[in-house]
Amino acid sequence: MNSQLLSQLIKKEFLLEFRQKSTLAGILVYIVATVFISALSFKKIIHPTVWNALFWTIFMFISVNVSSKSFMQETKGKGLYNYLYYHPRQFILSKIMYNMILMAVLSLLTFFFYSWFVGSMVQDMGMFLLALIFSSSAFSGILSLMSAIASKANNNISLMTILSFPVLMPLLLVSVKLSKHAIDGLAWSVSCKYLLILIMLNFVVVALATLLFNYLWKE
Amino acid sequence: MIKWWKILSALLILYTLVLGMLGPVPHLDILNETIRNLFYHVPIWFAMLFQMGYSVVYAIKQLSKNDLQSDIISNQAAQTGLFFALPGLLTGCMWAKFTWGTWWTFQDPKLNGVAIAVLIYLAYFILRSSIDDEQKRARIAAVYNIFAFVMMFVFIMILPRLTDSLHPGNGGNPAFGKYDLDSNMRLVFYPAVIGWVLLSLWILDVKKRLAILTHKENEQ
Repeated sequence: MNSQLLSQLIKKEFLLEFRQKSTLAGILVYIVATVFISALSFKKIIHPTVWNALFWTIFMFISVNVSSKSFMQETKGKGLYNYLYYHPRQFILSKIMYNMILMAVLSLLTFFFYSWFVGSMVQDMGMFLLALIFSSSAFSGILSLMSAIASKANNNISLMTILSFPVLMPLLLVSVKLSKHAIDGLAWSVSCKYLLILIMLNFVVVALATLLFNYLWKE
Repeated sequence: MIKWWKILSALLILYTLVLGMLGPVPHLDILNETIRNLFYHVPIWFAMLFQMGYSVVYAIKQLSKNDLQSDIISNQAAQTGLFFALPGLLTGCMWAKFTWGTWWTFQDPKLNGVAIAVLIYLAYFILRSSIDDEQKRARIAAVYNIFAFVMMFVFIMILPRLTDSLHPGNGGNPAFGKYDLDSNMRLVFYPAVIGWVLLSLWILDVKKRLAILTHKENEQ
């Protein structure tokens, strides 16, 4: 596999995103608005469990929103062009990596706004950030494949959420557990187990997505 | 013509129904006589998981060989599996009510896992119904099936072993095999597992033949 082509594809994704600044700005507004609404309605969150649950709920909706459009712009003509030039593995990997980078940045931004408006309760910042980064990468892996599936089934956005929510659930529960440990400031030896599962899930998801995309790709 | 394993399945289930109710069981605190539910609840889940696994095997077959027959079988197996989730849930709820004191609890990872599994397969059927083209539907459904099964497997098999669960064998609770599944119960439990799995295969066999015939008729 040619890594140069892969980096080219990722670069293309970024170029497309930055050329169309409205979508990126739209996501930012979406993040700020959701966090602001939750800050207004909750006033002050005292309980760490509530803080954690609310954060991950917001995070999940944002990630589904961001990734759902990763295959939406792929028109039929473009698909044919990509089919001729790239290997399906390169193509899905570029999508996943692009989504991983985007989601990592957006999750940090969400966390920033969330702790600004609602207040931060995290005691072990390092572990929390690790949980955030690894879960956002696994999220983008799953959601990229789901978006590819949904795009083959008439680009239905509601279908995307129906397909991805149940599949995301195991991952989300691990992330919630791990970040709860980080909030409570538990020792790393306790949460190490969950971090390992999260990393393992990353590998499983990316491997499965690259394997299975091969079959989605053919028209 | 009725095949021998179908008769065997009926006989085994009859045997476990009778002996499960009348046979000797160990008397334990809290569980009391509800331990007999082990003969129905657990084998039904085994049958469900067996069908889900069957469905995935045929999904893989469909992707590698690209024939519609495998897709039909995969779909029917998923339906049969979901059908077995219903009695599994009902017996589980009853057991939970009389031992844990509640019909349903969100604290238990296995209960959550089952809820997610049901959601996943409902999503699978919705995905199937939203694509019109047969070949395309077969491929995409197979991809989702494989991916979802792996995630469900992680959820049902790996996570409960890490977190606390009310189920035996998890989170410090002793497994049945360790203390209570004595030789008398084994005599009923293992036949029950085989019987219910064979019954699920029987149901699948009928459904599969019907679906393939309907498909052939539609083609003409």
